[in-house]
Amino acid sequence: MEQEQQNSNTVQTGKISNGTKGMTVIVKTIASWVKVLIFLFGINIVLFGHLTPGGGFAGGVILASSYVLLMLAFGREFVEENLPLPLASKLDCLGAFMFALVAILGIVFGGSFFLNFLYQKYLPGQPLHLVSAGIIPLANIAIGLKVGASLFLITLMLSISCKGRECRFE
Amino acid sequence: MPYALCFLLFMIGLYCAVVKKNLVKIVIGLAIMEYAVNLFLIMLGYRTGGTAPILDKTYIEAGTNKIVANFINTSVDPLPQALVLTAIVISLGSLALVISICIRIYGKYGTFDITEIRRLKG
Amino acid sequence: MTRVLPAFVLIPLVMAFVLPVFGKKGKNIATVLANLTTITLLILAIVCIGKSGFYEVGNWSIRVGIIMVLDGLSSLMLLAINLVSAAAMLFSARYMEQYTAKSKYLSLFMLMVAGMNGVVLSGDLFNLFVFLEIASLASYALVGFGCEHEELEASFKYMVLGSVASSFILFAIALVYGNTAYLNMACISKSIQTSGLNAGLTFALALFIVGFGLKAALVPFHAWLPDAHPSAPAPISAMLSGVIIKTLGVYALTRVVFNIFGVSVSVGWLLVTLGLLSMIAGAFLALGQWDFKRLLAYSSISQVGYVVLGIGLGATLIAKKANPAWASLALLGGLFHLVNHAVYKSLLFLTSGSVEMSTGTRQLKEMGGLAQMMPVTRTTCTIASASIAGIPPFSGFWSKLILVIAAVQAGLYWIAAIIVFVSLCTLIMYLKVQRYAFLGELPENLQQIKENKGTMLVAMVVLALLCVLMGLLVIVPSLRDSILNPAVSVLTAGPKHWEIAGILKM
Repeated sequence: MEQEQQNSNTVQTGKISNGTKGMTVIVKTIASWVKVLIFLFGINIVLFGHLTPGGGFAGGVILASSYVLLMLAFGREFVEENLPLPLASKLDCLGAFMFALVAILGIVFGGSFFLNFLYQKYLPGQPLHLVSAGIIPLANIAIGLKVGASLFLITLMLSISCKGRECRFE
Repeated sequence: MPYALCFLLFMIGLYCAVVKKNLVKIVIGLAIMEYAVNLFLIMLGYRTGGTAPILDKTYIEAGTNKIVANFINTSVDPLPQALVLTAIVISLGSLALVISICIRIYGKYGTFDITEIRRLKG
Repeated sequence: MTRVLPAFVLIPLVMAFVLPVFGKKGKNIATVLANLTTITLLILAIVCIGKSGFYEVGNWSIRVGIIMVLDGLSSLMLLAINLVSAAAMLFSARYMEQYTAKSKYLSLFMLMVAGMNGVVLSGDLFNLFVFLEIASLASYALVGFGCEHEELEASFKYMVLGSVASSFILFAIALVYGNTAYLNMACISKSIQTSGLNAGLTFALALFIVGFGLKAALVPFHAWLPDAHPSAPAPISAMLSGVIIKTLGVYALTRVVFNIFGVSVSVGWLLVTLGLLSMIAGAFLALGQWDFKRLLAYSSISQVGYVVLGIGLGATLIAKKANPAWASLALLGGLFHLVNHAVYKSLLFLTSGSVEMSTGTRQLKEMGGLAQMMPVTRTTCTIASASIAGIPPFSGFWSKLILVIAAVQAGLYWIAAIIVFVSLCTLIMYLKVQRYAFLGELPENLQQIKENKGTMLVAMVVLALLCVLMGLLVIVPSLRDSILNPAVSVLTAGPKHWEIAGILKM
């Protein structure tokens, strides 16, 4: 216990941190409690996007920021084992494809591109309830997935270290 | 009057993007220009004494599910807010791309100074 | 017919997100799919010739929703865009084997095509801005694709100037929205016709001209082009020079100035001045270049100057209410030169890519005598050079002739003299290319090179055939009436075009 505390009390100072060791034990503990709350809050913003401010993009940013918090607290390798790069890339493409699918279903079911076919024909719902605005919640979920995966990928790739002229890019 | 201040912020961003010699300062100048344009676009929709354009239970008449006329008369214009959301997403993508190119340039040339990154001439 | 309009934007967007899934192992399948997509889009664009109409996205009516508009100018631009992108994609099937991450290249290329198709088809000012940004971001990433020193520097310069241009355009759109309270092009033009231009709208027009002029590389704003076009991979240079500077710059400028704001004499003369400056500066700066692709890039600046000169001349004549046949002729010359330049400049960049892939260099002084080793490349390059220099019977001759006749008819003899002089300079610079690259002696280190095979040759031969045949577009009256004249009548109708197209019930 004392050895572990001594090891993780050494904070990385210096201009460029190479992201392998992470931060102190206080930051690591709090980060591991808070990350679930941030993720859940992000899902709330995405799902209720047609009722409260937010929506797909803002919710996606919050979803990505929970992973960024983990990246800052634990180091890049830890997060990369959790959500590997090819999987995030495929989630990214899946999100965009779901959004295009929602738009194409407008042609199939209604006859016009991007038609809100759920609201006008099948499932109007009650105003101010969760099931109300037709295809807008589905589009919000797709955008939230895509934006979250994209911002996670961007932050992961930008955190690769560069010391002087030697850059290690995979 | 606030519109003139927005334009001043835009000019400050343009000055920064044109005159500065450090790559990262040029990128910050671009970001300031985009903030100024988004601010201008949102201020266009403002109405004095207006409320946020978010529907609430108090704005819907019970029973008929129609929106109270008071809401339409006092809320600010929501269309510029949708435009600004789109513009912010676009500038996020552009900023991510330009920053990653700056990192790669630093890896290749070893400096952030644009007077030394001049292999293409003529 | 208008039900097929969303497919121009939807198909490339969906393919852009399906192609990266293939990764490194499915490279060949990805290439085949991408080629099928661009050929499908070309067939759709040919089907849409001569039709017109509009499509309401999501069944929302015009005042509330976004519309996609197909008229004569849009169908001409769609034809040019999809033709050049199909040829470039065929070429890049073999050329991009020398780079890694080919599936990401294909996905970015699809995004660029989707963005350009969206710019041309949009009937809404903010929608035009969004698609313009999609195409611009994809092209910034593609210019720096190889990640060498010069490509990154060129991509950074291009990106900074492109972002400044986009901020100007967004500021101008904000001003237009603040003054007219509409974003739909038809409603804005109706509002401007009824209430006239105030100070805010004039400032918005000036910002539009600066912003779109930066994207089109007109002369005070051309600083990014000579660095960006040589550093990009060859099919991307072809796309950039052939269609992007014309769609994002010249088409958008024309649409805003003619159909939304309405022309005035001062705006027309401003466009004429910008066109003349671009022509002269581009031609003079290109004469001293020894890098093959840099010479082609400066010559692009000069040829875009021709297009803007034709359009500005047409604008001046419409604003002065002169004989409408003169204005139609000037606009016909400008638009035909736009399509011509797309075809032969992309062919020139593709041949320079073929030469670079075989010899490994772009400097003219290190090449020589390639004619005996690479006959197909040499023939297509000669055809394209003859076309751009204006030698009859190739297509470039007809468009320059129409511009000269239009200038002479309007009484502006000095403009006609400048057009002929710059054509002479163009001939000189392409004779230089031919002499140093293809004629002369083969240097020793290049004795072993071979002609490139496969799809690269197919793309170059198809474009060369089009160079020869496109003169028929102007001579044969039925082709001219179905392809070129509808575009000209969209521009001469000006702000009344939206009522004629049935979008606005007056």
